[in-house]
Amino acid sequence: MSFAEYGDTIKDGDTAIVFLGHESMFPVKVQHGTVTQTKYGVIRHSTDLIGKKYGSKVTCSKGGWVFILHPTPELWTMNLPHRTQILYSTDISIITMMLELKPGSIVCESGTGSGSLSHAVIRTVAPTGHLYTVEFHQQRAEKAREEFREHGVEHLVTVTNQDVCRNGFGVSNIADAVFLDIPSPWEAIGHAKSALKAEGGRICSFSPCIEQVQRTCLAMEEYGFTEINTLEILLRVYNVRTISLQIPDLGKAAEDNSSTGFDSSNLSNQGSPCSNLQQGAVQFKSGVPLREMVGHTGYLTFATKSLF
Amino acid sequence: MEDRQSLVSRIREGDCAVLKRDDVFKAVPVLRRRKIIFEKQWFYLDNAIGHVYGTTFEVTGGGNLQPKQEAEETNKETKEAGTDNRNIVDDGKSQKLTHDDIKALKDKGIKGQEIVQQLIENSTTFRDKTEFAQDKYIKKKKKKYEALITIVKPSTRILSTMYYAREPGKINHLRYDTLAQMLTLGNIRAGNKMIVMETCAGLVLGAVMERMGGYGSIIQMYPGGGPVRAATSCFGFPKVFFDNLHEFPLSKVDSLLSGTFSTETLPSEPEDNVLAEEESNGLTDEKQTSLQETEEESTTEAAMEINRTEEQETMDINAEGVEHKENKEKENKENVREKQRKQWERRKKLLETAALLREKNADGLIVASKFHPTPLLLALLEFVAPSRPFVVYCQYKEPLLECYTKLRERGGVVNLKLSETWLRSYQVLPDRSHPKLTMSGGGGYLLSGITVVLDKGKSDSSNLEALKMEEPSSKRCKVQDLHC
Repeated sequence: MSFAEYGDTIKDGDTAIVFLGHESMFPVKVQHGTVTQTKYGVIRHSTDLIGKKYGSKVTCSKGGWVFILHPTPELWTMNLPHRTQILYSTDISIITMMLELKPGSIVCESGTGSGSLSHAVIRTVAPTGHLYTVEFHQQRAEKAREEFREHGVEHLVTVTNQDVCRNGFGVSNIADAVFLDIPSPWEAIGHAKSALKAEGGRICSFSPCIEQVQRTCLAMEEYGFTEINTLEILLRVYNVRTISLQIPDLGKAAEDNSSTGFDSSNLSNQGSPCSNLQQGAVQFKSGVPLREMVGHTGYLTFATKSLF
Repeated sequence: MEDRQSLVSRIREGDCAVLKRDDVFKAVPVLRRRKIIFEKQWFYLDNAIGHVYGTTFEVTGGGNLQPKQEAEETNKETKEAGTDNRNIVDDGKSQKLTHDDIKALKDKGIKGQEIVQQLIENSTTFRDKTEFAQDKYIKKKKKKYEALITIVKPSTRILSTMYYAREPGKINHLRYDTLAQMLTLGNIRAGNKMIVMETCAGLVLGAVMERMGGYGSIIQMYPGGGPVRAATSCFGFPKVFFDNLHEFPLSKVDSLLSGTFSTETLPSEPEDNVLAEEESNGLTDEKQTSLQETEEESTTEAAMEINRTEEQETMDINAEGVEHKENKEKENKENVREKQRKQWERRKKLLETAALLREKNADGLIVASKFHPTPLLLALLEFVAPSRPFVVYCQYKEPLLECYTKLRERGGVVNLKLSETWLRSYQVLPDRSHPKLTMSGGGGYLLSGITVVLDKGKSDSSNLEALKMEEPSSKRCKVQDLHC
């Protein structure tokens, strides 16, 4: 197992995801002789996990069962231990594309935080790229290093414990892209510029507040960045539900329960929403938005360092 | 740092490049003595060859490109500005230069920057405008009169933005941020074995190829006579990227799954299609623009169909032109033998691809097509290994609702999620930051999930998922998946 490569079977030392049901899952470190408690009972690593195929159904001691999933950066993002606020996959996706990351890219990041974005970046730049990630909090830097080791990606990442605003990224002229998620990104734009390759590259800054964005944009302009563009992306999730709506009784003296015509012609030939007329009700499939959703994560400001 | 990979990359003849003016992009092949029309300007790329990617050029007389010098900043004078617009009346008389005057200036070959300066000097209201309004005015005029074009290297970011802005109908209105989600949710990375089924002109395929960097393998499933890769060729990938790109006809999927697959009846396909797109590197540029101009805002399915066939035609023409011209002049005999050889090769490749699929160990499935997603998913998921992600794009939500339900009934998938993203851009200026006036109303929908081992014995799910998420497997009419 590695976060940068798939494996077929669960091995001792792997980090696997125990999937209990909708949205309910947690990571486990697979170790001979260890047991993990779930609400469906105990999972014995030696007999229940090691040697099994990823994606297998594992029956727990109380008879309930779970699926064991191969870790991916996205599953990790959903399950990792939070040491800070983290970036979620929706933002990570647009960051990865807009920074033009691909295998071989050299990326600088600060701060490392809980390593959510780091894992996704490492996945994308592997096997020939590298991530230089800078974290000013010593324990967090330490913990990140440990996780990268456990996840089999330590050769693709360098964690440095320093303040990027004061000391920069510790590298210069080598990065294709820089990502900033720090309280005062405008103080690090100069360092970002010198970390980027001479021929140019892309930068992204993530900030929750518009005031931060404003100062960052000014700093980017000052340092000669072009194509400065700020955007915001949100995920809208839909629950798939079968809804039944009653047909109102308008008191017509109808001959044949009237609304059949309305039902079949209007709904069932559209393909997906299922419609069944039963006792004056219409059934259909709907994608129902969540009652509450994340309405703001942060503003993403992208820019280009050009050659001139 | 002038060594290794950090060598600055220069524009070379034969490259695929992208022209950029403000937020407008256009992909073009770099060819000598070839007239390019972009944003109402025409020019030749000859002078750009040898310059570094990212260089900004000015279009000068005769359609020549001249690298722009770094002589920036027009705001030299001390600024004089009003406080608000109470005294500004729109009487159409504030600009003293007439259309003809401006045209005369242009014809004299006066540079855009100077024209803007003249416009400012001849505006009676400029001084009364607020500082902010002045900025805006200058920006607007600059955009109109300065003929600046930047030549950049193609990338998923640039090409997906370009296609979404110029030809959304060709990519099923797949917005770039939605594509970004697909690449992440699909865990696309070097070394994967991916199955891609798309009818987005090859844009999604190109994006997947970029993310895999030539490592691993891709099987492109295609409808009709051959895979469409017009957008793929815009990426300008090195040849090796195509070594592990395979294609397999959709029309053979069922027989492959049922075990009756044979190569005897290949899909009727225009000659040398596979070869064609390699040759069509020069892309279908002119075709694309002309199409774009005629294309209505809401591209219909029918129009799409036309686009597609036109693309293929271009490929054929290209293939004929480049490949076959000399061949044709030679003896017919050789031609026939050549044909046989190619057909044999094609059959061999098809068998190899079938074998790849039969291993049923793909690391993921990406679908973005104009077809109904349900039959595609139900069939293609068979080729995917357990514990691997899949992502389906559809321009509409309803087919994905049905697809979701069918997948639940089938089992063998977890973490199913139906979603869309919402994207908003901002104007950021000191004291004047706000969301941009317009935004895209929708970028399409995604259904994503993860495969798990499907035990065929039990057809339903027992304790977990079903309870929480799902309504009882419904007694619904089973006619609906005939919709492709």
